[in-house]
Amino acid sequence: MSVDDVREAVTRAHHEQWARVVAALTRRFGDLDIAEEAAAEAFATAVERWPGDGVPPNPGAWLTMTATRKAIDRIRRENKRDDKQREAQMVNADPPEPLGVIDDERLRLIFTCCHPALAIQTRMALTLRMVGGLTVPEIARAFLVTATAMEQRITRAKTKIKAARIPYRVPSAQDLPARVSGVLAVLFLVFNEGYLATGPDTDPVRHELTAEAIRLTRLIRALMPDDGEVAGLLALMLLIEARRTARVSASGELVPLDEQDRGAWDATLIAEGHRLVRERLASGVAPGRYQILAAINAVHTSARDVRDTDWSQVVALYDQLVRLDPSPIIALNRAVAVAELDGPEVALATVDRLGNSLAGYHAHHATRADLLRRLDRGQESRAAYDRAIELAGNTAETAYLIRRRDQLR
Amino acid sequence: MQYLVSVIDDKTNSGTPSEMAAINAFNDRIRAEGHWVFAGGLAAPDTATVIDSRGGDPVFTDGPFLETKEYLAGFWVIEAPDLDVALKLAAEGSKHCNRRVEVRPFL
Repeated sequence: MSVDDVREAVTRAHHEQWARVVAALTRRFGDLDIAEEAAAEAFATAVERWPGDGVPPNPGAWLTMTATRKAIDRIRRENKRDDKQREAQMVNADPPEPLGVIDDERLRLIFTCCHPALAIQTRMALTLRMVGGLTVPEIARAFLVTATAMEQRITRAKTKIKAARIPYRVPSAQDLPARVSGVLAVLFLVFNEGYLATGPDTDPVRHELTAEAIRLTRLIRALMPDDGEVAGLLALMLLIEARRTARVSASGELVPLDEQDRGAWDATLIAEGHRLVRERLASGVAPGRYQILAAINAVHTSARDVRDTDWSQVVALYDQLVRLDPSPIIALNRAVAVAELDGPEVALATVDRLGNSLAGYHAHHATRADLLRRLDRGQESRAAYDRAIELAGNTAETAYLIRRRDQLR
Repeated sequence: MQYLVSVIDDKTNSGTPSEMAAINAFNDRIRAEGHWVFAGGLAAPDTATVIDSRGGDPVFTDGPFLETKEYLAGFWVIEAPDLDVALKLAAEGSKHCNRRVEVRPFL
């Protein structure tokens, strides 16, 4: 086996097995910190040993066994200092669970990392570390903080989980819908942070975050195949991700939906997204917000040319969404579709009404600027572009807004 | 596992009769369910005395150790198997006493 083959086997094992190993060890030892450290050591051992010894026939079992040994070594070391802790840890040292419930363990891990008693930023970081297997420096880079700060945030979270006894389990049926939507919110935030990366010195799209969010959502979809919102979020991410390369020009400028080269969209991702949306429609169950957002994106990605877009369908879906979520941001997005259906003047009236609640939101000013431009109100449009440029945090979007402003007559 | 549920207040009046009735009913329930360890309301912070014996003889200071707008108005000590159960009880406690509460685990 070549060096490249071994490297690929390690990478694949990391993708497929990291969460399983961490979850299995957390279950056994009742301690996220021990599980995380032992899993990391087991993967380091694989990198060291597999090139010489060969890739084991069952990498998952090898990694879990190696990590378990590392964990026991650490507990022995620490027990010399603290006998009381040993008692606590021995209580949790059940015999390994039979195969088949392992998937449940990964779910436990996800629900623990996304627990509502943790700050939302912490939930994102912890999920990427424990479930996604990203390293602390990788996560720190993604959130534009120092590795030390990220390490402290994760350490503090692990301490709180242990000291406050945040449970390691799948929530009860009664709490499940709220907790699942909490998990999905975390994953969508991770995705958006990749898709609309903020900060002056970052790439406009950080593919590693969008890819990771999709991978984790696929995992949850595999674990909870009957949940409509999980399917909806996955479809939504796929349909947005499909347009990723068409969305930023070669010069690093944002390309809006109506100007994108639709031939550059990823047909495979679109097909998968459409399949999920159809599956949800066929279920006959009233859709939640992610399913409606996915359906809206399905309408857009069904049009070969922007002029073929079924805007009345888009507006109807937004109407449905407004009933679920009457937030001003949804109303703003609805107005964008209304402009195509009923003209910019009608849309502008709505957008102006949202001015108070969205005064600090760049997209509100960008939308207004575009509508004013289409109504030949150049001076007002320019002022709105100015405000949007001031507030926009994404480099590609800023470049686009500046060009549009400078094209005004 | 025991948790301290602190009641955070920023008003000078203590619980109203309807709040007190709701708290009593809640207390009866958590006693019946086995979560009750102890609970009590506290007099206003200006009734506090701070004592410092670190230097040998006690030194008494009139008033609370922290002058803040928000203060501890009372607390529950509850028994709960994990934070999910504690948070659920604290959420109900907050509703019944009509105040914000903070949950902290005992060591």
